[in-house]
Amino acid sequence: MLGRLTIDALPFYSWVAMGGALVTVLIVLLTALVVTWAGKWRYLWEEWLTSVDHKRIGVMYIMLALVMLVRGFIDAIMMRAQQAIALNNEGYLPPEHFEQIFTSHGTIMVFFMAMPFLTGLINIVVPQQLGARDVAFPFMNSVSLWLTAAGAGLVGISLVLGKFSTAGWTGYPPYSGIGFSPGVGVDYWIWALLVSGVGSTMTGINFITTILRCRAPGMKLMQMPLFVWTTLCTSILMAFAFPALTVVAALLGLDRTVGMHFFTNELGGNMMNFANLIWIWGHPEVYILILPAFGVFSEVTAVFSRKRLFGYRSLVYATMAIGLLSFTVWLHHFFTMGSSPNVNAIFGIATMIIAVPTGVKIFDWLFTMVRGRIAFHPAMLFTIGFIITFVIGGITGVLLAIPPVDYQMHNTTFLVAHFHNMLIPGALFGYFAGTQFWFPKVFGFRLNEFWGKMVFSCWLIGFYLAFMPLYALGLLGMTRRLEQYTHPDWQPFLLVAFAGACVVLVGVFSVFMQFYVSIKNRNEHRDLTGDPWNGRTLEWATSSPAAPYNFAVIPEVNSVDAFWEMKKKGEAYDFPDQYEPIIMPANTAAGVLIGLCGFLVGFAFVWYLWWLAILAMVSAMAVVIVRSCNDHGEEIITPEAIMAIESKRKAQLISVEGLSARGAPA
Amino acid sequence: MSHNRLQQVMAEHLEECLDNREFGFWLYLMTDAIIFALLFATYVSMFRNTANGPEPINLFDLKHVSLETACLLISSVTFGFAWLAAMNKKLPTVMLWLIITLVFGVSFVSLEIAEFAEMIREGAGPQASGYLSSFFTLVATHGIHVSIGMLGILMMVLQVFMKGLTPQVCSRLFRLGLFWHFLDIVWIGIFSVVYLPVFI
Ligand code: HEM
Ligand SMILES: [Cu+2]
Repeated sequence: MLGRLTIDALPFYSWVAMGGALVTVLIVLLTALVVTWAGKWRYLWEEWLTSVDHKRIGVMYIMLALVMLVRGFIDAIMMRAQQAIALNNEGYLPPEHFEQIFTSHGTIMVFFMAMPFLTGLINIVVPQQLGARDVAFPFMNSVSLWLTAAGAGLVGISLVLGKFSTAGWTGYPPYSGIGFSPGVGVDYWIWALLVSGVGSTMTGINFITTILRCRAPGMKLMQMPLFVWTTLCTSILMAFAFPALTVVAALLGLDRTVGMHFFTNELGGNMMNFANLIWIWGHPEVYILILPAFGVFSEVTAVFSRKRLFGYRSLVYATMAIGLLSFTVWLHHFFTMGSSPNVNAIFGIATMIIAVPTGVKIFDWLFTMVRGRIAFHPAMLFTIGFIITFVIGGITGVLLAIPPVDYQMHNTTFLVAHFHNMLIPGALFGYFAGTQFWFPKVFGFRLNEFWGKMVFSCWLIGFYLAFMPLYALGLLGMTRRLEQYTHPDWQPFLLVAFAGACVVLVGVFSVFMQFYVSIKNRNEHRDLTGDPWNGRTLEWATSSPAAPYNFAVIPEVNSVDAFWEMKKKGEAYDFPDQYEPIIMPANTAAGVLIGLCGFLVGFAFVWYLWWLAILAMVSAMAVVIVRSCNDHGEEIITPEAIMAIESKRKAQLISVEGLSARGAPA
Repeated sequence: MSHNRLQQVMAEHLEECLDNREFGFWLYLMTDAIIFALLFATYVSMFRNTANGPEPINLFDLKHVSLETACLLISSVTFGFAWLAAMNKKLPTVMLWLIITLVFGVSFVSLEIAEFAEMIREGAGPQASGYLSSFFTLVATHGIHVSIGMLGILMMVLQVFMKGLTPQVCSRLFRLGLFWHFLDIVWIGIFSVVYLPVFI
């Protein structure tokens, strides 16, 4: 009945693990208690969990991302603390626990921090930038969200019941096979990826369709804001790369659970296939993470330099070139597995070629700033910090792309420094910049800039302190994933790295402090216009927060920077006398239910609870069938209701002084 | 705001929705095609990894496979007839052809299950070697798809019966048809890559 789930699943093996489990359980209970105490369950369910509004789904994605950022960061600072003290001793973490931590850190940061963060930003912004009322498939959007959350839930519950994988975030066999890792850890990892991966594939399909088919009338492809372009490219990569992850995770699961021999050491298994399959997904994945950030930087640079984006077309072509090339370089993740020199050389060169379109982008951003009137808003600071830091990471990447060099550096902390040097400035800074930039659009007030600058400075300084020493350590020969070491000359570097992580800790704290302070003082920072930064693209044409339907009247577009043109012509704030009814998707519980089933399926397969697996799969199927036979998933917003909302907006605009210069009603 | 205007807005909205769904469905098929492509690649790369176990030459029965293939190909044709009948708004004919399609689908899956059972009985199950793991995974993934497609056909029979040929139902039928024909194409791939090389 209970499969492998016994009392031994509880983490009695170490105090640190026990503490982690207790904290997790406490946080869940506390959250439930607070919601109950505030009497908000109904509100939460009706307005948020069952919502299919792209803006709310986006907010929920980002909240998930922030929670997982904290979790991933706790893992990170624990590793830094361990390595800071573990010279010739065990440190405070037993080896197996340390291995769980680097695995969960990598897995969480990539799948459950970065992916939800970027998906959340895309959700909030892209439909508004397109002049659309929602995404193409609002219900599927909700399913994607809840499948992602289900995956995160599987990683979360692994803290309490059983252990997480110790096989690293890429789970290479044979170590991740049932022979070397008989426990539930790798299965948790597999199912977290499978469940959330399906969500990401659907997100990809959803946004490709949204962007290609739901643009405002007149908007040509070459007039789409750059964030939309990078989203399109990211969505294409999601739709085409994530199936590879599904396949590789499923095959590993078949090896482990059913006893097949895809990647085993015996009976004709082939481990090289695993490396190939996972990196066919994995390399595009890093561009999935980075491209939306590039989009944010493009928008932010243009707005805060008060200039049109330099080289719009070259940015578009560079984005598409990167997307295409990203499928041609996966082998650089295993140069050392002994392909022939010619194969390695070809993939090395292909890798270096990616630096070219990336360089084009860097120059475009720099030229946008040249002679601009730059405002040093936190979003802009992140952009500048990104440009400088990312170039360093790019250079070390080109170094690693030279196969002989990679033979020296692979599996050292040099590599760890390199990919953090790409991902922290290249992805996370972009998401932070996006948060600073679009927060008022979502909530109707601006974020506190002092704390924004704190977030920026702590993350930037902390990043340099934490990762520059790792370059040096890598050159000194320190391998990655080390639980203890015997070289006294490594320790000073590791202490500096630990100090860096502490500075980042202040940065993480500042993220939440900024929210807290801004919410407390929200009345002083209201954004009444919907356009707090004098923006250029259509999302700034809506009110802040935008009405459920975004645009009461869909705008006509005939240039890049559509909203900027509208303001120049004095057409930005026109109100018609009459509105048409608008049809919007109605909320539905089906998304949450499917997510729940996804979680249960994963949990059941991890613990061999076959009855539960069947039950959950049948339930998921039933929900899908019922939902797909439904012809009435929509509700009508009447012209009167629209008139009421829009009149309020008009009154609000009139109350703002000086806006009439931009064409607002006086 | 007149009632007529509302009707018009709703009709436009519906049309747009259904168009988007068709477009999105093509994209979905592409993602599924990638899954199959990778399974094919895995199969080909493991063709020689029989680990001294059963060899492909001794495993398959040409008659059996031909029968399977015939069932699936014919079912695609009968689905086509169902779609034609739907275009002509002939409701009972649609249901008839759908049920015929279902019968062929069930035959296909039963034949496949029989083949698998026979192989497993002979000791050539998916655990016997890397080659057989990849064989079973590739072919069964297709089989599971077909089974889901059959569930879809069953749902469509019910919907056609209960709702008639509304635009929504027709759109669903069209998308299910794409799925069904897609599986046919995948099967032709399986037939040419998995079975044919063994027989010639
Ligand atoms: C400032 C915050 C961060 C710190 C201090 C940090 C620290 C670390 C450390 C100490 C390791 C283990 C290195 C080793 O193997 O020796 C690691 C691994 C890793 N980190 Fe981070 N990290 C941070 C942020 C991130 C972010 C934002 C991402 C991704 C978006 C990320 C992704 C990874 C991955 C994928 C691994 C590899 C895990 C593995 O070896 O399987 N990290 N990080
Ligand atoms: Cu790569």
